[in-house]
This record gives sequence, structure tokens and C-alpha cells, in this order.
Amino acid sequence: MSQPILQIRDLQVEYATPNGPALAVSDVSLDLHEGEFLAVVGESGCGKSTLLFAIAQLLTYPASVTGGSVVFEGVDLTSLTPEELRQHRWRDISVVMQSAMNALNPTLTIGAQLADACEAHTDWDHERIAERSAEVLSMVSIDPVHLRSYPFQLSGGMRQRAMIAMALLLEPKLVIMDEPTSALDVVAQRLLMRQVETLRRELGFSVLFVTHDMSVVSHFSDRLAVMYAGEVVELGATRAVFDNPQHPYSQGLMEAFPSLLGEVRELTGIPGNPPSLVNPPPGCFFAARCPHATDECRELRPELVTNDEHAVRCHLINKVARV
Amino acid sequence: MSEPILKVENLSQQFRVGGFRSRGQLHAIDEVSFEVAPSEIVALVGESGSGKSTIARVLAGLYPPTSGSVVFENKVLGRRSSRSVRGRMPMVFQDPFGSINPVLRAGHSLLRSLKLHRPDVSKSARFDEAVAFLEKVGLTPGADVLERYPHELSGGQRQRLGFAQALSSRPSLILADEPVSMLDVSIRIGLLNVMKELRDNDGVSLLYITHDLASARYVADRMIVLYAGRIVEEGLTEEVIGSPQHPYTRLLMSTAPDPRIKAVEFDGDHDLGEPPKVIDPGPGCRFAPRCPLVMEQCRTSTPPMIELSPTNRAACYAVTKS
Repeated sequence: MSQPILQIRDLQVEYATPNGPALAVSDVSLDLHEGEFLAVVGESGCGKSTLLFAIAQLLTYPASVTGGSVVFEGVDLTSLTPEELRQHRWRDISVVMQSAMNALNPTLTIGAQLADACEAHTDWDHERIAERSAEVLSMVSIDPVHLRSYPFQLSGGMRQRAMIAMALLLEPKLVIMDEPTSALDVVAQRLLMRQVETLRRELGFSVLFVTHDMSVVSHFSDRLAVMYAGEVVELGATRAVFDNPQHPYSQGLMEAFPSLLGEVRELTGIPGNPPSLVNPPPGCFFAARCPHATDECRELRPELVTNDEHAVRCHLINKVARV
Repeated sequence: MSEPILKVENLSQQFRVGGFRSRGQLHAIDEVSFEVAPSEIVALVGESGSGKSTIARVLAGLYPPTSGSVVFENKVLGRRSSRSVRGRMPMVFQDPFGSINPVLRAGHSLLRSLKLHRPDVSKSARFDEAVAFLEKVGLTPGADVLERYPHELSGGQRQRLGFAQALSSRPSLILADEPVSMLDVSIRIGLLNVMKELRDNDGVSLLYITHDLASARYVADRMIVLYAGRIVEEGLTEEVIGSPQHPYTRLLMSTAPDPRIKAVEFDGDHDLGEPPKVIDPGPGCRFAPRCPLVMEQCRTSTPPMIELSPTNRAACYAVTKS
């Protein structure tokens, strides 16, 4: 496999709270290769959006990166000044925000907002900007006449696609997507995912995709990282994680959504809530909800152990692997 | 089937839209008819803008319908439904964060609901009743939960509180408007199980409004598929999921993400499109512009609901022809 374009090592993010620091992301290490689609899934509050923001260096107080590094093409983004970061933003890394309804300015036309991004990051003239804007809009199947439309004149799916068009303006190598499908209907969702997939194949950018609904990415991502309470608990090829989930939490997630196929089975979901991140328990963070937890799990934090390109953070699995 | 508790006939709801020059009537729902039997979960499925929430709001008496009638427990609902009707047919809302007053304790809404809808319960008995309802929806210990503020409850717990509150007035039908769509995947199933328990143990009917076909299949006995304000298909859940008839139902089925399906083929050319806003509509099937089976007839006249089996109906010329 090629050299990874993004290397995250032991990344740690804390939120300052009145009760002490809350560890929102702890010891996350991920590699992203060129042209790869990596999905990060987890419940709300598991730190997946915080992780994205930390990668894009968009965190603001009370959140801050307290350890680890984010290396993009050999440059550690955590050590750059705001001006140096600006050189990388949008040209190399762009972000598609969660809700297009709020992320687009309602008082400006789509064209003006695309032009704004170009002006901030390039020295293109008006003609070139107009040309490129029309080009990216047609890439996401929106008629360029909508350059003169305001966001309210577009449907939810179109707005979300316009956001993706904006992210592609300067042909970045990495596009970070924060739940772009969560506000959409199933049909629009499917359309959007397919569009992303087609563009990725054509243009060859990498995608880091965050979602709470793992069924959305099941057919699109190359690898899947499952996060729980700020940690990556399982990481592997998407199909392998779906077909053969190792970590009890991933197994629980698989059991949590009903299917359209086969018999209707009684499902249980995962009872309980994630632990407090201000005073996390000493052992495995999932121990309190885990049906297989032992004394070791409650006392000692498991490591993320990789076996055959499938990494799992669980004492029970790792013990079996060691034998 | 026993006597239905809810009978909706030719219900239409229109809204006036646009300004001085471009005034039009938005047909949110058009001539919708369906029934709900006792202890039955009926799923109302459709994309956003299909009118599913409008139906719930009309039933809850939040909008006076433009035309049509609603018969609930053998009584015709008037322009203003009385408190007793609302108690028998309460609503659980989509957003568990916006639908509970954040400055009052969780017990407040529950005790108040008991006080208003069941004045016969004495003050001292009210507390015990409230605790019993909380524990019924899985909020234990109930007495403890009563004392908490909403911000101390998770999204799933809040939505359970919503169901406890709906349950407290001894309803025969609960209108559940996307009750799980804002919750995490791992929590959803617990709430869907609560809905099933209410049906099985308490004999409550539910109108479950959702865009998620898989969850509808999990809980519902019958399924009604809406498109652009009209019912396009209706039947027993297994019938609709097992052999979807209407092209729109098939489209919904094919786009539902399901990781258990191993591979998907990319039918790249087929644009899935989006549902229309129905402003001053002409005749014809509303799905016609997106329909792969469209015929001349579809564009000129509205297909009626045709019985395909004693329990399954669909509104489509192409299907009923073959």
C-alpha cells in the first residue's frame, strides 16, 4: 500500500469543564492512505466529531489538543501557526459540515459563497472563479444556473451536494465529512453517497467520513473505525468488521438495527450509557455495559492490538489471539 | 378484524403559500383514508414532505383539516378536540431535547398530565401512578427519575419520559412522530421494544411515523406508504416489505441502507430525484415524473386505490394492470 497521506498518532483532546478536564479523544492513532475512504462510527458523545475537528485544527476553547500529532504529508498540523494552516486549508484539506442548512449563509447566493472560498485561498480572477464554480456544481449534478440561487431555493439534498462542491473547489487531497447525510431522507442519502463515491474514484481524493449510522457507510467505505468513549475500539476492513465484529461494542451495534431481510428477530440494543469522560473508570470504558466483562476488564485498560490488519481493543479478544 | 378505534376518511389538509402574486395552495395531504384497529401498530412511512407529520398533527387537533373526517372511538372529531380526546390520543414528539421544559423536573410534566387528564386520581395516588408509568417504560427507579431535571437525562431516557407521559392519560392510541430518529442507533431498539410492549401488555395502538423502513418493519403490524400527500400503498408489513407493489415502495426498499446486503450494484444513470412540493396540483399520479413504469394514463388521471388482496392496496395503474 502507498505511503499514508494522513498519520494520526496518539491524539488526545480535552475539554475544560468545571469538574476538571474531560478526555474527549484519547490515544487515537489512524492512518489514511491516498484515495482511501475511512469511516468513523460511534454514538453521540463518543468523540468522533471532536476527532475530525482536531484533525482539521478547528477546535476552539474549551477544547484543545493536549497530546499526539496529526501529520499530513510530512507536516505536523498541530505545530503550525494560523497563517501556515491557512495555506493548507481548502487546498489540501477541506471539510463538509454536518448540516448544510446552517453551514451555508442564507443571505448569499451559492455562487457568492463558492467565490468567497476561492478568494480566501487563491489569487484567481473572476472569470476563473466563475468557471471553476460552474464546473464543481456540475460535478455534483447541480445545474450551474443555481450559482445565482440562494440556499433556500435548493432542496436539502442539493444544499448538501453544494457543500461537497465547495469542498472540491481547489481539488484537495483529503475531504473530511461530518455526518453529511444525517439530515437527509433515505433516497437523498443514497444519492449523495453514490455521488461521493463516483467523485472519489474520478478525482482520487481521500475521504474521512464520520457518522453515527454505520449502515450508511456499509457499502462505501474501505475501512471502518468504531469509536467508543473517545477511543478507537475496533478498526478494520469495512466488510470484515460488519461480517465478523470482534469487539463486544461493535457486536452490540450490529445487533442494534433491524433489517429488511430475513426473519424479524427480537433485538436488544446495548443497555446502559457511556461512562463519564471527566472521571473515566480505570479499566475498559465499555466494561460496565459489556456482557462478557471480567475483573481484568474492570481494572486494566486494554490496548489496541492489531492482528491481521484488524485492530481490536479488548482483553478477551487479545487473550485469544495471544494463545 | 374488530371495530377500528380510528377511522380517517378522505382527509385533506391544504396550506396557503406564496406572496401576493404567487399565491397557491400547498396540498400537504390529499384524500387520505385509513383505519387503526385496537392493539395495532400502524407505520406511516414516507420521505420528508410526504405529509406524514401533517397527518399526526391533524389527528392531534393541532390543525383543523381542510376537508374529510376523523372518527375516533366512534366519535367524530370536531374543530376543537376536547381534553378527554387528547388524553385518549396523545402524541410523542420527534425531538426529545425540545419537547420537555428544561427548567422543571421530569416529574412535573408527568404529574400534571395525570392531574389534568385523570382528575379522579387522588393527589397521594398520583405519585405512585407516575412511578409505575416510568418503570413501565424502563426508567428505573421511577421515584428517582421523577426528581431529575431533563438535562440529567439522556436522549433515550427523555424519549421514554415522553412515552410515560403519553401513557399516563390511559390512551387507546399514541401518535408517535419519528420518536427514535434523533436517538443513537444503540438506543433506538430499546424504545422500539417499549412500543411493542405497550401494544402487547397494555393494548395500546400506535401510529408510528417514520422514514426508516427497517424500524417500521420491526414494530409495525401494518404499513402505509405515503408519497407527496397521498397513500400509494397499504398492507400488512410483511406483505409490503416482502413484495412491494408500488414503484415508489420499491424505490424506498432499494435505497434503504442495509449492511447485511453484501454488495450493491451502482445503477448510475438512474437519477433518484426528489419528491415534489404539491402546489396547485393538476391531475395525474404524483410519482409519474420519477416512475420507471410510467404510462400515458398516469399523467392524465389520478390512480385510485385498488385492492390487490384483502389486506393490501396500492394506487398505481401499472401494477393493477398486470
